[in-house]
Amino acid sequence: MRFLTLIVKNCLRNRRRSFLTIFSLSISLCLLGVMAALYYALFFGAPPTAQARRAVTRHKVSIVFPMPIYYREQIRKVRGVEEVAIWQWYGGAYRDSRDQRNFFPRLAVEADRLFKIYLDYQIPDEQKQAFIRDPAGCILGRSLADRFNFKVGDKILIKGDIFPFDLDLTVRGIYSSEESNEDTLWFNFKYLENALRNSSRLAAGTFTILATDAADIPRISKEVDELFANAPAPTRTESEYSFGLSFLSFLGNIKVILMSICGAVTFTILLISANTMAMSVRERVREVGVLKTLGFQSSTIMGMILAESAIIALIGGVVGLSIAQVLCIGIRQGPAIVDQTKTLTIQPPVLLALLGLSMIIGISSAIVPAWNASRTNIIDALRFTD
Amino acid sequence: MAIPLSYNIRNLAVRKTTTVMTALGIALTVAVLLAAFALVDGLRVAFESSGHPLQILLTRKGSDSELSSNFARTVFNELKYKQGIARSAKGEPLASLEMVTVINLVSQEFPEGSNINVRGLTPIGLEMREDMTLKQGRWFTPGRREVTIGNSVAKRFPDAQIGKKLKFGRGEWDVVGVFESPQLARNSEILSDLNQAASDFERTDVLSSALIRATDAVAHQALINDLGYDTRLNVLARSEKDYFEMQTSSGDLVRYLGTFVALIMAIGSCFAAMNTMYAAVARRSKEIGTLRILGFSRRAILASFLLESILLSLLGGLFGILLVLPLSGITTGIGSSVTFAEVAFQLHVSPQIMLKGMVFALFMGAFGGFLPAFSAARKQILVALRQV
Repeated sequence: MRFLTLIVKNCLRNRRRSFLTIFSLSISLCLLGVMAALYYALFFGAPPTAQARRAVTRHKVSIVFPMPIYYREQIRKVRGVEEVAIWQWYGGAYRDSRDQRNFFPRLAVEADRLFKIYLDYQIPDEQKQAFIRDPAGCILGRSLADRFNFKVGDKILIKGDIFPFDLDLTVRGIYSSEESNEDTLWFNFKYLENALRNSSRLAAGTFTILATDAADIPRISKEVDELFANAPAPTRTESEYSFGLSFLSFLGNIKVILMSICGAVTFTILLISANTMAMSVRERVREVGVLKTLGFQSSTIMGMILAESAIIALIGGVVGLSIAQVLCIGIRQGPAIVDQTKTLTIQPPVLLALLGLSMIIGISSAIVPAWNASRTNIIDALRFTD
Repeated sequence: MAIPLSYNIRNLAVRKTTTVMTALGIALTVAVLLAAFALVDGLRVAFESSGHPLQILLTRKGSDSELSSNFARTVFNELKYKQGIARSAKGEPLASLEMVTVINLVSQEFPEGSNINVRGLTPIGLEMREDMTLKQGRWFTPGRREVTIGNSVAKRFPDAQIGKKLKFGRGEWDVVGVFESPQLARNSEILSDLNQAASDFERTDVLSSALIRATDAVAHQALINDLGYDTRLNVLARSEKDYFEMQTSSGDLVRYLGTFVALIMAIGSCFAAMNTMYAAVARRSKEIGTLRILGFSRRAILASFLLESILLSLLGGLFGILLVLPLSGITTGIGSSVTFAEVAFQLHVSPQIMLKGMVFALFMGAFGGFLPAFSAARKQILVALRQV
């Protein structure tokens, strides 16, 4: 570490180049950081605490097929199940449905059970009670309410498409949540019951289960599915977290897409860094000759060049990842495609891995030029003109 | 007078390593952009090739897709003898009542399973899709639990093969044939007999949609207006072509993501190119001085260095195109934004896409090269000559 000053001086010898390198490294690393955070959140992340206790039962073949209402009581009896609620996807059209901006999920749910299962929903108590009491009531997520400027007491008309009737709802409350999406309109399941009386179409789209203990979910899922294995509508139960992920495949092969982007970005960083170091070492071959005449050993010279590159890459990494963290905050505020983006952040293991990666890239990109420089003999080095 | 181009080419050739590394950085950026474009273009080709120009798809008013639509048999019977609907050789109206549902199949790419459209139709429905040809086996027999599957489905799902059975509805269905259609989106469907499928899903009276064919383009538009405005029928009439084209939006997210990533990478690559060009300028200080003494103007120097940077990015653009070319023809699937079922398509690297990549690369080169070229042009002759 005696040579730290010298190394830092070397980093600063060509300020413009160091700045450009750090800047382009940090841009790439910022991108890599966001992508890696996304990948981690989607495929390795743990569900937030309230969500971890929830599971979803749907029709085994596809979510578009309904299940009989009476399943609820049977699911309720499975050991470890604290509460079960029926969901039904209503679909429908709000205003002009051709305009994508008018789309938001509209779901029928058993009003009283919703709050027992969605423990993370924050809603004033009187609004909660008003929603439970009103069969034609609905509640909206905060961001949805802001988007359309809905207020408590407003009327919302939704034209039915899947169902043969329209909804005429009154906003009874607005909920907010730290971890779930705030884009859903929930209306009282009684509305469906009243409209579809005696119809075979009165059915459950999915059942949402609250388990007493998150660790029980795999067992509960298995037992629920066994219950209905030979029923006319076989089921598939999984944690709400992986249920949400299953929608991602609609968007294409996200895993491969994210991985290839990360790969391309990493390789770009390697190229940028290697290029800079090659240029910067070539410029000081003569200087290396001088250092050698002064008695510096080849290994020391090599170490100094490697350290210089590592420092530059690390600075790029720190700057880039800080920007990435800020971007993550931006993504958290944005509309949630999946709940996972609501809590998107660069987790410590990802952060460490990426910082490590930037250092490894810094060092490995300098190996060839450093090796060449440390091996040139003094005479050649001193005679070198570029 | 301009400095000859060969001067720039030789300079790039002398600094092989730097040139190649900078160009590769640009190449990767171009490749990311082009890969996203290739995906979206493949999707566009699949949907735009589909649909008959004279055919009209009827769904329940308010339903975007056939899957969420309800179409009563009575409504169908009422409209199938409308004027303007073409007739088959046997004199039947070319109008087909259909039922659409989805099943879940597991593929290698999506072990979690993807949704596949199952379409129940009558012989007249098959007749209206004359573009479909049998590739293997035979068509399903009406009244039997048999299915004929689209080529893309057969290719992607190990469970959907001739001789195997698919389990959906109330039981098992025999796979008896594979069809192929130049209307690519059709190949992602499974076809079966309408009445069998309808009774399996308890939808004998209320099905999903109807497809009708008009006699000519004028009748086509007239039917769309006529049926669409008939409040009693309560149907949404759309040209079949429009219905497919609408689904091209399924690729929007990939396109936004790809463009966003490529733009950010482009900033990085721009700076890398700038770095390279600054180094080139610094190293060739004496040469610049000499060129000036020989009588080349500042503008010629500026143009020459800018050109060199653009040449560099041109090389990068070429590399980038070479990198994405192998992607062309790879088959993947995406969930349609309209039908919620998977549509298989091939990535498609078209000449237009390559051109876009080249232009993108050139912009990177021009932006990255401008400042260094400017600083080269501004150098004082004496200072430049004296520099080591």
